[in-house]
Amino acid sequence: MSEQGQNKDLELLTFRVADQEYSLDIMSVREIRGWTRTTPMPHAPDYMRGVINLRGTVLPVMDLARRLNLPSQETNERNVIIVVKLSGTLTGLLVDAVSDIVAITEDDLQPPPDISSDPQMSVVRSLTVIDDQMIRVLDLAAVVPVSSDEAA
Amino acid sequence: MSLKVLAVDDSRTMRDMIRMALMPAGFDVHLAEDGVHGIEVLDGLEPDAIITDINMPRMDGFGFIDAVRDQAEHRATPILVLTTESAPELKMRAREAGATGWIVKPFDPAKLVKALQMVAG
Amino acid sequence: MSDQNDPMAEIRASFFIECEELMEALQDGLQELDDGSEEPETINVVFRAVHSIKGGAGAFGLEALVRFAHRYETVLDEVRNGSLQPDSEAMKLFFLAADHLSDLVRACRDETELDEATSDELLTRLDALLGEDGGSEEVEPEEFEVQGLSLALDLPDLDVDDTEANDSTLYTVRFKPEQELFATGNEPLMLLRNLCDLGEATVRCNFDDLPSLTDLAPETPYVEWIIELKTEAAEPEIRDIFEFVDGLCELEITGPQGEAAAPAPDAPAEEPPAPPEPAAEAADPAPAPEPPANVVPMGNKEPPAPETAKEPEAEKKPATPAAKSVVRVDLERIERLVNLVGELVINQAMLSQSLDEAGLSPHSDAMNGLEEFQRLTRDIQDSVMMIRAQPVKSLFQRMSRIVRESSAAVEKEVRLVTEGEATEVDKTVIERLADPLTHMIRNAVDHGLEATEKREELGKSRAGTVTLTAAHRSGRVIIEVADDGAGINRKRVQEIAANKGLISPDAQLSDSEIDNLLFLPGFSTAKQVSNLSGRGVGMDVVKTSIQSLGGRITINSEPGKGTTFSISLPLTLAVLDGMVVNVAEETLVLPLNVVVETLSLGPDDVQMLRPGNYVVRWRGGFVPLYDLGVMLGYRSHRKTDPGSIVLLIVLEDGSRAALVIDGIQDQRQVVIKGLDDSFYRAPGIAAATILGDGQIALILDPADVISGMGHIRGTDLMLSERKIANE
Repeated sequence: MSEQGQNKDLELLTFRVADQEYSLDIMSVREIRGWTRTTPMPHAPDYMRGVINLRGTVLPVMDLARRLNLPSQETNERNVIIVVKLSGTLTGLLVDAVSDIVAITEDDLQPPPDISSDPQMSVVRSLTVIDDQMIRVLDLAAVVPVSSDEAA
Repeated sequence: MSLKVLAVDDSRTMRDMIRMALMPAGFDVHLAEDGVHGIEVLDGLEPDAIITDINMPRMDGFGFIDAVRDQAEHRATPILVLTTESAPELKMRAREAGATGWIVKPFDPAKLVKALQMVAG
Repeated sequence: MSDQNDPMAEIRASFFIECEELMEALQDGLQELDDGSEEPETINVVFRAVHSIKGGAGAFGLEALVRFAHRYETVLDEVRNGSLQPDSEAMKLFFLAADHLSDLVRACRDETELDEATSDELLTRLDALLGEDGGSEEVEPEEFEVQGLSLALDLPDLDVDDTEANDSTLYTVRFKPEQELFATGNEPLMLLRNLCDLGEATVRCNFDDLPSLTDLAPETPYVEWIIELKTEAAEPEIRDIFEFVDGLCELEITGPQGEAAAPAPDAPAEEPPAPPEPAAEAADPAPAPEPPANVVPMGNKEPPAPETAKEPEAEKKPATPAAKSVVRVDLERIERLVNLVGELVINQAMLSQSLDEAGLSPHSDAMNGLEEFQRLTRDIQDSVMMIRAQPVKSLFQRMSRIVRESSAAVEKEVRLVTEGEATEVDKTVIERLADPLTHMIRNAVDHGLEATEKREELGKSRAGTVTLTAAHRSGRVIIEVADDGAGINRKRVQEIAANKGLISPDAQLSDSEIDNLLFLPGFSTAKQVSNLSGRGVGMDVVKTSIQSLGGRITINSEPGKGTTFSISLPLTLAVLDGMVVNVAEETLVLPLNVVVETLSLGPDDVQMLRPGNYVVRWRGGFVPLYDLGVMLGYRSHRKTDPGSIVLLIVLEDGSRAALVIDGIQDQRQVVIKGLDDSFYRAPGIAAATILGDGQIALILDPADVISGMGHIRGTDLMLSERKIANE
């Protein structure tokens, strides 16, 4: 874990997607599960991997690499599903691997460069640098489609 | 020592209200749904006071008071009648049946408590 | 919903639940009255229902509700005491008032706007029933005052504490109980104590009237008390203490200046011969030696032979049914239980699968135990489902209102007959049936039944009958809406369908196929948009909502005799009898009730209708053929090789379809897991379930899958059959 300053008001879960480091506010993360086979949903957008059984409820799982238009990796044993909760709904995010939990302050965050045409950046809320590595902080609301603004 | 009260009303809401009004004031509240049920609950209860509604199925309040007064051990038990009518003739009918006093619904919990304390101590 | 920490909110919520029950009793009672019941208890029930609603409403300060209920009750009271004999017009008004009362209750509950205009209109009409003498006099709003009530849990210490004497005045109270006072359970001791609580009191007992023991009549009180009370309280407050004994005693209160409320006949208050007793202690020990008359005679004025009085009481006891003991449970808790049982079923399936794979002997203890476990699980499941079951009665009552309103709107005389009100159905199903049923009832009244004059011309009864029936049949709930009207005008229906381009103009259709045209989206037989049913909501919407409940709807119509719509529903929404099948790499579940037959394709069975559209020969006819794997996007190439397995399914409109699958695994009950609306919803996927291996399988809605693929309708198919025959 990295120690930076004393005003630690934010904890990030960092993980790898297609060889890039991303992160999410840990407050929105419910749990992390090992990879299990998903049941595909017919006619779903290609980034929807399908659904899995999360202790008796049906959890939709999204392939984060495909969602971010990154080259999708072959799924393997090290892949994990990060279960996130957004406005009451649970969604699974398939990522390559979880890296770390880091504590930072809001001051450590920088706004992303304004490249609105870049689909990867439209879901990145801010950037931060930890151990000389740039980490993208995802805007969960933009990542997880909320049925109505799906088309956008 | 807490006073033991039997409240008879066919309306669940009213029973709830009575319970909510009396329990915090330290009364030991027993409930019944109509006159017949009231007589059943009364058996062996020896309440310090009884509250009863008038309009009830199976046995109305007048019949209930009659039946209570017919039992030697409850001849002096204070009985308050709950009535939505403030009509004097209803009070008189209740008194003829042997009611001690009356409370006009909707009652103020404090008034109900006070009335009970006045008749039962 | 309700704040658990707020007892008033809880009682309020419970009040509205009780109101629903009271409204039900009211409807029932009115119906019985309307059917000519002479039972006095019938009108009593009706009266009490309105009365109780008023009582509760008063407690919560719901003035508009109190106002309406009070005047409605006043009229019902006239009926109860026999001074008003309601005719059929009055009964109609009573029903309308009941409906409106129910609206008011709901509006109060949901805190939505109250329809005061309707209140006023109905009240005017109700008041009119009272005639010239009763009408206006009953309208005093003061008579029943609304007193919004806030239940403070820390009750005030009952005004006892403000005795910091500032302006104390001295009153002299003379109190002489009469005999009747004791018969009402009033107790002079209590009255004196309450009086003493008002301030500093000196109590003196006057035995002057006490006769010698030989002359003493045990029932007659001879004693009077004279109390000197130094208090801040005003005279009315003192009088209040004696409120319950007003008229049962002699009472004189003499004010500070000696001016008596009523001039005292003698003035003994001036001389204090008895030793003054400390007021505070006067409460518990007897303030004065109690006269013997006091002890014996309580209520004993006319000694009723207690034995004879009690006997009928004792006999009555066993005869009266014990009040049904009911526990009210938050629906959420039941949902939780249902979910847990769902888990249990899945868990049991997993266990049985792993035991199977372990290759145990079917006679081993483990396998026997498993069998027992399965049986218990099923029983638990059934019992849990039963908790959510409710009689359809409340739903039917709502429908009787719909009949009343819709028949009035189109000026037809309509009688509603209900059967099987006690039939129990899952609560969720009941709730979700209300809209489709409403529409069907309106349809029956509006389109199904002939106009009243027309019926007379035909020699039918003036009033049309709509029959609403519920029954359990082979594990499903059947609900029927039948009318005794003209039946479906099939010629007209076909014309309309052709005009709207729903079928080809020269289509040859069977009667049942024509009837089913009613369910096509965009079909409506109403020539003009009537007040009622023609609002663009067609039977197709009804059908969709029934299907979303896992149900089917069918029509049966006979010209001149009437039309019956039958809805068949699963008993519960939580489990499904399914057929588990393999398609490509996936496992899918189809509702078992749609599967008619399984076939294996023969070499010449499949024919191409046009590119992309295939049909399969079945029993001398043709059925459209679909490859589920292709339809669901699991594979891109149609699999129609000979030997492929095909499920023949029947859709709600009676049409058939054949689905190519790769294999059948099993037929079993599966627990339905809803798919969250908030994520991507695949067409044709109704829900999901969890299989024994923990994997999720999707539950198909075959009709939806097919319609997504541009289903060839039965009508189309008739044409296609001829086309094939011609080729």
